[in-house]
Amino acid sequence: MLTLNHFLILSLALFSVGVAGVLIRRNIIIVLMSLELIFNSVNISLAAFSYYLQSLNGTVFVIFNITVSAAEVAIGIAILVLVYRQRRNVYVDELNGMKG
Amino acid sequence: MEQLFFYIFAAIAVISAICVISLRNAVHSAVFLIVCLLQVAAVYILLRAPFLAAVQVFIYVGAVMVFFLFAVMVLDLGTEKLKQHIHSQGGPAVVIVAAMSAVLGYYALKGSITAPLGEYNEAALARNTEVIGRSLFTQYIFPFEVVSVVLLAALIGAVVLVSRMKAGGGR
Amino acid sequence: MTLNDLNINLASVLPQLLVTGLGLLVLVLDLFLDKKSKAALGYVSIAGLLVILPIAFVTVSPEASFGKMVMADPFSAFFNVVFIIAALFSVLISMDYLKKVNVQRGEYYCIMLFATVGMMIMASAADLINLYVGLELMALSFYVLVAYRVDERRSVEGALKYFVLGALSSGVLLYGISYVYGFSGSTNLAQIARYAVNGAGGNPFLSLGIALIAIGFCFKIAAFPFHMWAPDAYEGAPTPVTAFLSVGSKAAAFAAFLRVFITAFSGVRPQWSGLIWTLSAATMVFGSVVAISQKNIVRMLAYSSIAHAGIIMIGLLTYDTAGASSVMYYLLVYAFMNMGAFTVVALFIRDGGAGESISDYKGLAARRPGIAFLMSLFLLALAGIPPTGGFTAKFFILASAIDAHYYWLAVIGVLATAISLFFYLKVIFYMYMKEPDDYQQPLPEADFTYNVALLAAAAGTLILGIYPAPFVDMAMEAIKPFFNFLAF
Repeated sequence: MLTLNHFLILSLALFSVGVAGVLIRRNIIIVLMSLELIFNSVNISLAAFSYYLQSLNGTVFVIFNITVSAAEVAIGIAILVLVYRQRRNVYVDELNGMKG
Repeated sequence: MEQLFFYIFAAIAVISAICVISLRNAVHSAVFLIVCLLQVAAVYILLRAPFLAAVQVFIYVGAVMVFFLFAVMVLDLGTEKLKQHIHSQGGPAVVIVAAMSAVLGYYALKGSITAPLGEYNEAALARNTEVIGRSLFTQYIFPFEVVSVVLLAALIGAVVLVSRMKAGGGR
Repeated sequence: MTLNDLNINLASVLPQLLVTGLGLLVLVLDLFLDKKSKAALGYVSIAGLLVILPIAFVTVSPEASFGKMVMADPFSAFFNVVFIIAALFSVLISMDYLKKVNVQRGEYYCIMLFATVGMMIMASAADLINLYVGLELMALSFYVLVAYRVDERRSVEGALKYFVLGALSSGVLLYGISYVYGFSGSTNLAQIARYAVNGAGGNPFLSLGIALIAIGFCFKIAAFPFHMWAPDAYEGAPTPVTAFLSVGSKAAAFAAFLRVFITAFSGVRPQWSGLIWTLSAATMVFGSVVAISQKNIVRMLAYSSIAHAGIIMIGLLTYDTAGASSVMYYLLVYAFMNMGAFTVVALFIRDGGAGESISDYKGLAARRPGIAFLMSLFLLALAGIPPTGGFTAKFFILASAIDAHYYWLAVIGVLATAISLFFYLKVIFYMYMKEPDDYQQPLPEADFTYNVALLAAAAGTLILGIYPAPFVDMAMEAIKPFFNFLAF
């Protein structure tokens, strides 16, 4: 029997992997991919709650999330292209033009 | 039976997610992300949300990941030129994230649903797509319209940022 | 659900609709203008916003509309006015600034208006779905605006940091929302409030959700330790965008913070008051102390805005009309005084980074006495010196903290204010007491738009300081329904 906890743990696992990816990777495009992992983990937990609560709110929220995060990827990659144009690389830790 | 499938999907999802963040080659990462997102679509099926599964495959696996792969290929970000692909503070970060997920997991497992259940039981969800479509255009019409502005803003924004300006500030 | 239950009431979202329409109008007009005359779009935006301002002020309907998604109450009307004021100032100072840094593209105004729409939707959201969508509209527009100087390294760098941390914080916020949803079975704030009272204090889903949502909001208001993006994004962004970011996006995040925490989570207040207490105290102290060592005036104002966020957070804790209304009043005053300071900064910044250092303000009083005087006024207001609005705002917040027996927090607030005097006075000292390094360097002339912005900001700062009563009453009236929320 599948329970809510199964899905919550899967969601948490993906969330943690995503956060770890954002924190440890130097390549910005992988950081963007990790952000997608985070959004997907949230979607799993929303969909799971939606199913086990027998309400529709969560499912609809997932649809909005997917749409918004697609828009976010577009902006993210646009900014990535700008970084690449200026520096010819996309490493997070070489972005240190500002201090203080 | 369902449980077996869940474990298979979950295992593939988590392993491919770990591959996404640990592989050096960004193309490999993107491919593993596609694998991971397909497992998420399968999980939606287990949750009786076939419409979400379809949307997941179309938008995420189809559009978003093609976009990612396109960026990786065009900018030639495939292999990282330096040996180091992990931050110097990578170790402590992993420890912090592990601690965080332990706390979150403790609370998540301790909880259980206490709210009264809604009207959308298995029988109602048999018409999942119809139910979602109907509610998107009634109950959720306002955020639905706002999302169209979000997409427009993203569209304009991406074009403005990436299209090159000619000297003198013109278009 | 029938159509009548939905209560489709276009009048309740009229300001949002009008600003969206204005944005689209600007977008279309852009096609017909050559690059020399893009500033005309700024005037169109200003004219439009001036027309919408009174409409935003009066659009109030007592009931939630659009399937209980939108709440056009006096609270959202108050914040709509703050957002429109912030947008007006930002557009006003953008026109010359964009010419100066040679980024003349008309889409700028359109995206700025869309960001305003996002803020308005956040402030009027009665449902977490609507709140999130509005927040993303605002955030996405700001990512673009921060990166708007696409050839400037710092602009792109700041935008990237803002984007990554902003998206991460959205993820954290969403994760929190999903747990709150799991607890209450609904994303509607009124519904959540109904479940969050009946002995729900110990429910792990709710605790987790509240903590994660608080962290998500703290990212948006740049509270310590979630402020990392702010100084870099502020420094890199075009100065008018920085001003809009520090006033508008902060006010929007606080509007959402107030609505969610005071309505939905009021029943379980002991759960989150400790967390907010700690974050507030840490933010006040951190912002004030770090601002001292800054050499760049934009970074100094960035850390000062972090310190202000800490002080405003006190008002979330007190849980009475006095505290919550002083948050609203503070944000209104902050719009005027911070916009004023940023107007002066935008005026003196030149392409390539000159005019950004605090030492560039040496001897300003001798060369531009009027502007030096107004800058001093804005800085003293930010520091909280009477008779400016900054003083009354700080006074109301600290008084409400004492009334609610948050003595230590009030003490920390006063101390942080004392520390902050140091760096604000440093700029004034430079302007009045020091000789300029280089008399040869010509100073930019303040044209019509800057003068209007400066005078309006100064008038607002002074009027709110000398005669605060009507505005405080307005905020009180607006927030009152929140505290008998459970009654309806």
